[in-house]
Amino acid sequence: MLEIGLGHYLTLAAILFTIGVFGIFVNRKNVIILLMSIELLLLAVNINLVAFSAHLGDLAGQVFAMFILTVAAAEAAVGLAILVVFFRNRGDIAVEGVNLMKG
Amino acid sequence: MLQAAAFYILASTAVISAFMVVAARNPVRAVLFLILTFFSAAGLFVMLGAEFLAMLLVIVYVGAVAVLFLFVVMMLDVDFAALKEGFLNYLPLGGAVALALAAILALTGIGWVTADTAATSLQAPIPADMSNPQALGAVLYDRYVLFFQLAGLILLVAMIGAIVLTLRHRDGVRRQNIARQVGRKREDAVELVDVKSGEGIG
Repeated sequence: MLEIGLGHYLTLAAILFTIGVFGIFVNRKNVIILLMSIELLLLAVNINLVAFSAHLGDLAGQVFAMFILTVAAAEAAVGLAILVVFFRNRGDIAVEGVNLMKG
Repeated sequence: MLQAAAFYILASTAVISAFMVVAARNPVRAVLFLILTFFSAAGLFVMLGAEFLAMLLVIVYVGAVAVLFLFVVMMLDVDFAALKEGFLNYLPLGGAVALALAAILALTGIGWVTADTAATSLQAPIPADMSNPQALGAVLYDRYVLFFQLAGLILLVAMIGAIVLTLRHRDGVRRQNIARQVGRKREDAVELVDVKSGEGIG
């Protein structure tokens, strides 16, 4: 219990991932919280990668976590831009109306 | 002992604030709890010896992404009370999915073994004589340089995409047209009139 090892970090990442998935299912009316849940999922994945990187002594995991960070930042920027445009067109941000975006 | 205490404090902060992100009534509060989650994750990264990633997490997430979220939350004039209406309707489904996922992850955790070749097939072993940022840079700019360039390209595309999506030209807004301004001739604007005395300009 007091010796912190790989399992502790993996458990934490699993809990965070579960919370993120829960958030995606529960917040159907609020795309902002949905995007934040996706950020939580990516954070959980990053914790996994860094934990394995430290456990195995391999830097590749940290490099990969950095790329995930990059993609997450890009995803947040584009997602929020789409959200702003969607809000301008519809006046709310509920996911139920998103199929309006079909061409 | 100290390490364990630090881990449990940071981990419990991360889990509780992550749950508050999902369950918060007010999106502004959700963003602030997201920042707290990322801060505690950065602390955990420091404990794991990934100092550079920890600082990157603080700078990129707290400094940029969370502020972006905050901007959007405050810019959009949304009725936040109405947003939470469906929360209880979706709670059973979300809870079931979350439980199933947790069970799957727990099963994976129980039946998980390290491969025999894991220790011998390291891609980039952590060098003992370098600090973490130095080692990361040595491997990132050397072995993973193409991926690094690709990451830059992704950021460029995201930046252009975000600008193109949100740019809008509104009618009736007066703008500065520098070409017209500079290309203006004296004859277009000034007219010399000979006025006879006592008559004025008709």
